[in-house]
Amino acid sequence: MLNSLKLSIEIAKIHLLSKPKQTLVAMLGVTFGIGMFVAMVSLMTGLNRLTEDLAMTSSPDIRIFHDITVERKSILEQVNENGTNLVYHQKPKNESLKVRNAMGIAERIRLHPEVKGVSVLLNSQVFYNYGPVQLSGIIAGVDIVEEDKLFDLRSKMKEGSIENLITNQDGIIMGIGLAAKLDAHTGDRVLITTPQGFTKSLKIIGLFQMGVGAIDNVKSYASISTVQTILGEDKGYITDVNIKLKDYKQAKFIAPGFQQSFGYKAEDWETANATMLLGVVIRNILTYSVSITLLIVAGFGIYNILSITIHNKMKDIAILKAMGFAGKDVKQIFMIQSLVIGLIGSLLGLLIGFILSYLISKAPFDGGDVISIDHLPVNFNPIYYIIGIVFGVLTTAIAGYLPSRKASKIDPIEILRG
Amino acid sequence: MNVLKAHKISKYFYEPEKFQVLKEVDLTVDRGEFLSLVGKSGCGKSTLMYVLSTMDSQYEGELEIAGQRLTGQDQNYLAAFRNKHIGFVFQFHYLLPEFSALQNVMLPALKLNNLSRQAIEEKAYEKLKMLGMEDQALKLSSKLSGGQQQRIAIARALINDPDIIMGDEPTGNLDSNNTHMVFDIFQELTQTFKQTIVAVTHDENFAQKSDRVVEMSDGRIVSEGKKKRAELNIL
Repeated sequence: MLNSLKLSIEIAKIHLLSKPKQTLVAMLGVTFGIGMFVAMVSLMTGLNRLTEDLAMTSSPDIRIFHDITVERKSILEQVNENGTNLVYHQKPKNESLKVRNAMGIAERIRLHPEVKGVSVLLNSQVFYNYGPVQLSGIIAGVDIVEEDKLFDLRSKMKEGSIENLITNQDGIIMGIGLAAKLDAHTGDRVLITTPQGFTKSLKIIGLFQMGVGAIDNVKSYASISTVQTILGEDKGYITDVNIKLKDYKQAKFIAPGFQQSFGYKAEDWETANATMLLGVVIRNILTYSVSITLLIVAGFGIYNILSITIHNKMKDIAILKAMGFAGKDVKQIFMIQSLVIGLIGSLLGLLIGFILSYLISKAPFDGGDVISIDHLPVNFNPIYYIIGIVFGVLTTAIAGYLPSRKASKIDPIEILRG
Repeated sequence: MNVLKAHKISKYFYEPEKFQVLKEVDLTVDRGEFLSLVGKSGCGKSTLMYVLSTMDSQYEGELEIAGQRLTGQDQNYLAAFRNKHIGFVFQFHYLLPEFSALQNVMLPALKLNNLSRQAIEEKAYEKLKMLGMEDQALKLSSKLSGGQQQRIAIARALINDPDIIMGDEPTGNLDSNNTHMVFDIFQELTQTFKQTIVAVTHDENFAQKSDRVVEMSDGRIVSEGKKKRAELNIL
């Protein structure tokens, strides 16, 4: 058995080396396919990871808040449950965004085994006024220490430090993009106006950069009490409970439970960033469809070349069979050829893919105002190299199998009789 | 002693219509016998040879070579049997063109795998030397002349010391010089080494000089021929 394999390998080797150009062309087909697959998948998954990271930066794993768009029954329907009720254009109730007993909810969530951290905060729309400039944005009142545990704010500070917010009651930490738009600097005072008309002057004590325009250009952090004050609300006024999980992938399974137990909307990060994450799906579809197409084309190339080889070697196959080679030996000889083409082609493809990925990762790329990156993110995860080689060898095995089987079934008498 | 025994071999072709090519052919071949199979085109002599060589297993009747019954055996068994017991020499030499002369000769022995690689190589050289081809051993077989290629093919047929050599028009594509040479080799093989040879041929001269001429016509053996050499009876 081993001897027959050794002999088949020897014959396959002579066949491959006697037509180096043909062998090379077949290999390059695979190389190109696998190389493109690796480069594409590395870039695309790199982008996907970036997107996910951004989504994670801009939203907690689960956010619990009072969703005032929740449908409510009209009073008529509540009173006259079984009657026929017609209520047109019901206006939303004057509801507060307040999450009642937020601290209690936070404490209970903290006990959940999957939860890593919880922070409470209040968000509000505000106008930032600095000199003649007026910009709309968001202010978040947070316990900065808890918030740092969830979002690692410390590492995102560009100026100042988060501790300043604890000591400085009328201080804010401002998004770097927002500060740039206002042309305000650390130490400057900006005037905050709430939708309800309250106004307060706050001092910029630090700048942060999340890397996402959607946050850096609109958001500031202040202490909870400061924001409660400017909103004219009581000390229990909290609008959001943010939750960080041990495994963020679990968010969409855990969130519905929280929503049910606390009676407030619990939104997981994937739902909150659905539009952003749609890109991930599209990129995956694109990557795999293009890669599979390339591999199928390479597969057809191998099929063709092997079919032609076998056609040209009909006489040889007949003589091998006359000499005592069985059909399975002949099949083995040609399968080895296609597998060698597939394996070497794939290995070269991995190399080309790595080089391409490396070049892409080094090419300067300006993310502009939206995302602060200076080069494209590339994922060098070895799993894609493994997938690449498995794909490559599998394709060539399938492409080689059909002509090889045909070769094994050649009737030597027809050929030898001429 | 019989090397080959065929009993009531019949064979049909079904394309384009059913046609009986071989009609209950009986044939026995003794060890060391040089037998020529002659007859007009279409008489079934090549068909008979391919049945005798085990390559064609679609026939009725019984076939036995070297004491082994081969009728009804599967293809893999027959392939292994050919490897060990039968050597082939064809009209168009049919060497593997990408392989050297030596590699071509070694191939059936490597497949058989009874000897070490080194021993096989020595044996192949020995066979090439016997045929005066040892100096061409390392040349690509496609670079050799027709007569040289046929000698390589004979060396290849001999490498596993087969019980029988089957030739399908072994001189059909050669000029008269090379035909003589191939004939002389065959004669020497049978006389000196007691090699059994069955060759299908059109060549009257070639046939007449062999030990026995079996003539076929219309799917039957019409003349069994006579054994020429007295020493065959002793064996």
